[in-house]
Amino acid sequence: MVMRTAFAPQERLPAHAPSREPSWLYLLRAKAAQSFAAEGFPSPRAEEWQFTRIADLAQQRFTPVATPAAVAPPLDGWLLADAYRLVFVDGLLFPALSVLPQAAGIICDLAYALQEKPAQVERHFGRIMERENHGFIHFDTANFRDGVYLRLAAGSRLDRPLQIVHWGSTAESLAATRNLILLESGAEAEIVEIFLGGDSSRLSVSAGEILLGDNAHLTLTKLQCDSERAWHFGGNYLRQGKSSVFKHHNFAFGGLLARTEVHTRLDEGAACELNGLFVADGQRHLDNHVRVEHGEPRAVSRETYKGIATGHARGIFQGRVVVHEQAQKSDAAMNSRNLLLSAEAEIDAKPQLEIYADDVKCSHGVTVGQLDEESVFYLQSRGLSDTEARGLLTFAFANEMATKLSHAGMRALVEAQLSAKLAPLAPALQPDS
Amino acid sequence: MLKIQNLHARVEDKPILKGIDLEVKPGEVHAIMGPNGSGKSTLSHVLAGRDGYEVTAGSVDFLGRDLLAMPPEERAREGVFLAFQYPVEIPGVSNVSLLKAALNAVRKHRGLSELDALDFLQVVKRKIKLVEMDEQFLYRSVNEGFSGGEKKRNEILQMAVLEPKLCILDETDSGLDIDALKIVSNGVNALRSPERSFILVTHYQRLLSYIKPDYVHVLAQGRIVRSGGPELAQELEAKGYGWLESQPSAAAG
Repeated sequence: MVMRTAFAPQERLPAHAPSREPSWLYLLRAKAAQSFAAEGFPSPRAEEWQFTRIADLAQQRFTPVATPAAVAPPLDGWLLADAYRLVFVDGLLFPALSVLPQAAGIICDLAYALQEKPAQVERHFGRIMERENHGFIHFDTANFRDGVYLRLAAGSRLDRPLQIVHWGSTAESLAATRNLILLESGAEAEIVEIFLGGDSSRLSVSAGEILLGDNAHLTLTKLQCDSERAWHFGGNYLRQGKSSVFKHHNFAFGGLLARTEVHTRLDEGAACELNGLFVADGQRHLDNHVRVEHGEPRAVSRETYKGIATGHARGIFQGRVVVHEQAQKSDAAMNSRNLLLSAEAEIDAKPQLEIYADDVKCSHGVTVGQLDEESVFYLQSRGLSDTEARGLLTFAFANEMATKLSHAGMRALVEAQLSAKLAPLAPALQPDS
Repeated sequence: MLKIQNLHARVEDKPILKGIDLEVKPGEVHAIMGPNGSGKSTLSHVLAGRDGYEVTAGSVDFLGRDLLAMPPEERAREGVFLAFQYPVEIPGVSNVSLLKAALNAVRKHRGLSELDALDFLQVVKRKIKLVEMDEQFLYRSVNEGFSGGEKKRNEILQMAVLEPKLCILDETDSGLDIDALKIVSNGVNALRSPERSFILVTHYQRLLSYIKPDYVHVLAQGRIVRSGGPELAQELEAKGYGWLESQPSAAAG
């Protein structure tokens, strides 16, 4: 089924492709726009999208903002003190809040990189995720206006984390961004990316291509706290070189319908640790999709996802680990633990292993349940009310994922969001002081 | 303080307690002994208000109030404390935050103000010495990865912080080596006072060598079949439980 959409991208291509954009990109955009016009957004009939109903999205009308924001967004409390920073408002760079390293050329916005070093961008653009070809990817390629370009030379280390903030405010706006993150061999970086905004109906679409050279290390944390009227799609697609290490922390707390994808392919001895927590309340639909391909021997992958659904919300974890024939001695473990807190809420957890090699260690486990009644009674017997006990246990269940964050400022930010989010469930309790 | 009269309780359709009578006065220490399956743990759970037990007859009066009518947290706030036989592990909740939440819930109920973080820590650091625990245990998740002995000491720490009026220790001695048993017993003895009463539920006499009871009761098949002084515990240790079960039941004391 082709989903009709009110914002057929090809009609707006000229506006999106300033004359200074290189011709190779113009061609890529045109091709992507064509594909999107033909296929639309993914249909729930595709297995990887079976739990995601985006038909409503196609009925909406979103348009890119015409001019960059004039006023700084209200980001008090959201900005990390010790980090480099790029802030985007409705998908466009807001330079006044950006903080970049002294050394030129390591980090800049993608639009700038396309002007200043188009050949470097062209070498990688669209190639890391060449096999990702669903509607949101086409849509992003056709429509993105800016994003992040980061390139670390071999053996270098980004001396502070990079914080990327996406703020949405204009009602009915479309913010499409693209990141290109290149860590050459042995390079190290930490990135945190935050999506949030005012209480308006909007669409944000973000795609990131990440290339990790041999022995490179990247930690990427995503915190998505958008309003209950906002639509969000964000995907990160990686190629991991030999013995590289990728850690991802995905905190999905916001949006009306939000989907996060993390797909990686591991070369020999590479490791990935994909952690996630969704807290779906109200009417939210939070979809999380992970795919790990063991392409060569001796790679290690760990997926640990937790989910909470309450109210009328729906939370989804779909994880797929593919161990290719030559990937002997692969070590893969996938775990999804979920708490269903209301009768009207729904959680779908679907871990899948596809194994074509014979000498591997692979496991997966899923639980969907309620709170442990023995623990509830234990806390009640210490004087906590039933509500307080359940709130504390829910907070504890979720907070375990926040404790995995090594950056203290980011951990505090996530814990604060989590406390606020779970406050209706845990009236008397706060995280440890 | 506590007056249990003709207490009957069942789990699903199975009657477990078949008419318990027991009175505990302020400052007294009562030991309840009995073979496995006699109803000892059921009695402690019924007193603490655990779900899954149905009281079919009888009454429990605690300081003039109907204990059985209160939800578990209200019993705790009124001063009943159950030290669990199998303390629950709660990953993600630190010991110190549980102690703080519990103490403040109890204080609020008693009309006292909540303690600020500094005062609270002082209280806890003083109490933790009673059970000879390292302060680092305060910042670990509740009972997670604790040894059997550490879990039991943690129960006594919670008890010391909450300062209950009636302490029920459910098989606190089970799984303890002799050193841990001594530490736990010292902690309990330090908490004894003319206003605070204890019910020690135990299978073995050895706990009673360290915590000297005023009364010993023998529970068998859901009833107290014999009551006496500390010497009864020694008699049980020497003879086992078999000789009691073959005798007609004696009146509870």
